[in-house]
Amino acid sequence: MNKPDLIKQLQTILPADAVLFAQEDLKPFECDGLSAYRQVPMLVVLPETEAQVRDILLLCRREHVPVVARGAGTGLSGGALPLVDGVLLSLAKFKRIVSLDPLARIARVQPGVRNAAISEAAAAHGLYYAPDPSSQIACTIGGNVAENSGGVHCLKYGLTVHNVLKLRAYTMDGEMLELGSESLDAAGYDLLALFNGSEGMLGVIVEVTVKLLPKPELARVVMAAFASVAQAGAAVGEIIAAGIIPAGLEMMDKLSIHAAEDFVHAGYPLDAEAMLLCESDGTPEEVSEEIAKMEVILKRCGTTSLRTSANEADRLRLWAGRKAAFPAVGRISPDYYCMDGTIPRRELGRVLHRIAELSQEYGLRVANVFHAGDGNLHPLILYDANQPGEFHRAEEIGGKILELCVEVGGTITGEHGVGIEKINQMCAQFQEGELQLFRAVKQAFDPSGLLNPGKVIPTAHRCAEFGKQHVHHGQVAFPELPRF
Amino acid sequence: MQNLIEQYRQTVNAAVRDQSRLRIAGSGSKSFYGRATQGETLDVTAYRGIISYEPTELVITARAGTPLVEIEAALAERRQMLAFEPPHFGSGATLGGCIASGLSGPRRAYAGAVRDYVLGVRMMDGKGCVLNFGGQVMKNVAGYDVSRLLAGSLGTLGLLLDVSLKVLPVPAAEVTLRFEMNESDAITAMNRWAAQPLSLSATCYCDGVLTVRLSGASAAVRAVREKLGGESVENAAEFWRMVGEQQHEFFQTATPLWRLSVPPSTPMIAGKQLIEWGGALRWLVSDESAESLRALVAALGGQATLFRSAQAHDAPFHPLSPALLQVHRRLKNSFDPHGIFNVGRMYSEF
Repeated sequence: MNKPDLIKQLQTILPADAVLFAQEDLKPFECDGLSAYRQVPMLVVLPETEAQVRDILLLCRREHVPVVARGAGTGLSGGALPLVDGVLLSLAKFKRIVSLDPLARIARVQPGVRNAAISEAAAAHGLYYAPDPSSQIACTIGGNVAENSGGVHCLKYGLTVHNVLKLRAYTMDGEMLELGSESLDAAGYDLLALFNGSEGMLGVIVEVTVKLLPKPELARVVMAAFASVAQAGAAVGEIIAAGIIPAGLEMMDKLSIHAAEDFVHAGYPLDAEAMLLCESDGTPEEVSEEIAKMEVILKRCGTTSLRTSANEADRLRLWAGRKAAFPAVGRISPDYYCMDGTIPRRELGRVLHRIAELSQEYGLRVANVFHAGDGNLHPLILYDANQPGEFHRAEEIGGKILELCVEVGGTITGEHGVGIEKINQMCAQFQEGELQLFRAVKQAFDPSGLLNPGKVIPTAHRCAEFGKQHVHHGQVAFPELPRF
Repeated sequence: MQNLIEQYRQTVNAAVRDQSRLRIAGSGSKSFYGRATQGETLDVTAYRGIISYEPTELVITARAGTPLVEIEAALAERRQMLAFEPPHFGSGATLGGCIASGLSGPRRAYAGAVRDYVLGVRMMDGKGCVLNFGGQVMKNVAGYDVSRLLAGSLGTLGLLLDVSLKVLPVPAAEVTLRFEMNESDAITAMNRWAAQPLSLSATCYCDGVLTVRLSGASAAVRAVREKLGGESVENAAEFWRMVGEQQHEFFQTATPLWRLSVPPSTPMIAGKQLIEWGGALRWLVSDESAESLRALVAALGGQATLFRSAQAHDAPFHPLSPALLQVHRRLKNSFDPHGIFNVGRMYSEF
């Protein structure tokens, strides 16, 4: 079917203003949060009912047109990168909180509801939705499920997968699936777990039921400075060995401390090589007991300065620097490239040392922000896109860092997803056997392979090519997206 | 251990060649659960032992044949635990059976289920290939989350080899309180208390008594205890063990035992029951037909599983919708294309 015919067909399903095809209307959808990769889609559709979603999928399935679903477009791995010959299905109009049951502590929401809006709606009942990715004021719950988003509190409260009870989704074949349940068991395989983090490749999510938790009465944070990254890392291990699971446990290195301090003036220690933020939440009794224990451990581990938030305003100020770390780094460099590897925490010293060596070797600065409690490292590679070759060098050093994470027993992505960005590193993380099984899982839900094709799971051919690229890398920055 | 894996591979290859089936077996502690399955027994109890345990990383990796008691003892030595409190249902219960059955204990409603703690698995698929999914780190979104999918799959997707689990510290303090009240008030109390920061870690209602466990920092547990009142229970660890292991007198019956999973605030359901998980799990002893129970529970937004019964039942698990059944069949075919592992253990169709 040619494009004008497809538009005509879509206009029978959707109101005229919900089918976008003019170049200037398509342009805003050309990328997600990973703006280095851009592709204007063939068409954009903006359905607002489940029946419309189903009919769009059925039409595209029949006409063999690939579909990419998109939430708020804040993803950092290009998971919502459109296809030149594909339809981009935006869930932006699905922004209703369907119901909120304070007694059963659940909220049923449409996928386009912002993460923070759920907690705002639940606040009146003393409840909140726990996962808090730093983009939470903009990112939407459908995208959170697709990426299995984390946040700074997930060591204690879990990832998205731990906080979602039920999903309604449509497969590419237009079949509605209900996964999970409002009770705590569901019959059959745990397809709910499989859908979390599936990056829009198995189905289009149209409703999400989340678990709400009682809001802790109090939270306080301790900021501790260290003369070395290794010492700060050891202190994290000691806190956990003491039987404490802090609500948040974050580390920043010198470059990110300076960038954040210049930006928000949080009162960070500028002479420190590394800094920890350790948060405790719960009842006032629980918090004072835990904070006291952590202070003792941090002192024993050789902290050079220690500050505990005196009140809520103080606590928020201490967090402001950490939460603004990415934009802060954006102020000291024309561009930056954010990586997302996870490592066993004990390997931190070795990994940071190697990152420093790579930084020297490539002549690019790297700032490190670390969800220290769960081993999720965000190296921010500083570069200038206007300098020829710098983006390619940034991509290369990023790839090396991810392969390093795999080498020490970790993973290429902790919370941002594979998308299109890390598809080559999937060849380093997995063998062909696992990749084959991933392809088979995709086929079980989407036999036609038309839903978000070319993301996450590399083809065998691509991995073979990637093997060769290790020898002469840097030449393929925008490879075409293979179909499978 | 490599020899054992080689042996398993040969067994799998032989089954593929002969078009025969395999029945994966650990200690047999959960053989009552699910449908009976035919085939040559593939005993995996020899493949055992803890591979690594690092308390400061909060991760343990062990072979599937490792007895749960061995894992729990190693964790207890470092004051850590499996937070989902898996039921053993027998002294030889293995890690593999724990993951494959996907069953969790009293702490489930407050700390999460088995699958919430699975970080990675090494498994053998139905072609004899050894595959690795997930890993030993807390956060990992590379590829589909196959390791969590395997939790509760009853061995129908493949043979579990090694499993990595997140572990948690044992709470600094715990206290168990009992309150005499009627069933309806107990359901309301369990839900209302769960909506407040009260450090609940287990709840059980049976025979006019609501029993509640609080876990956390000593000061917090003390404060909540004063707030809630109630009467302190002596020998509480034994009480929760009896509930989790179904040795509590409620479970001593020859009548079929149903596991009704419902939204936690669901009002009272008629019949002889023990309620757990803040109201989300209702154990029902009943002779009623599967059809009528399932219709009742489905209308409430839940599912009914025939958990134990003297007579074998063809459909112990709540039926799947046609669309879901199709996905299940295709997934089974992806992992086990020749249909050799635990065929029919979950549903008769795959």
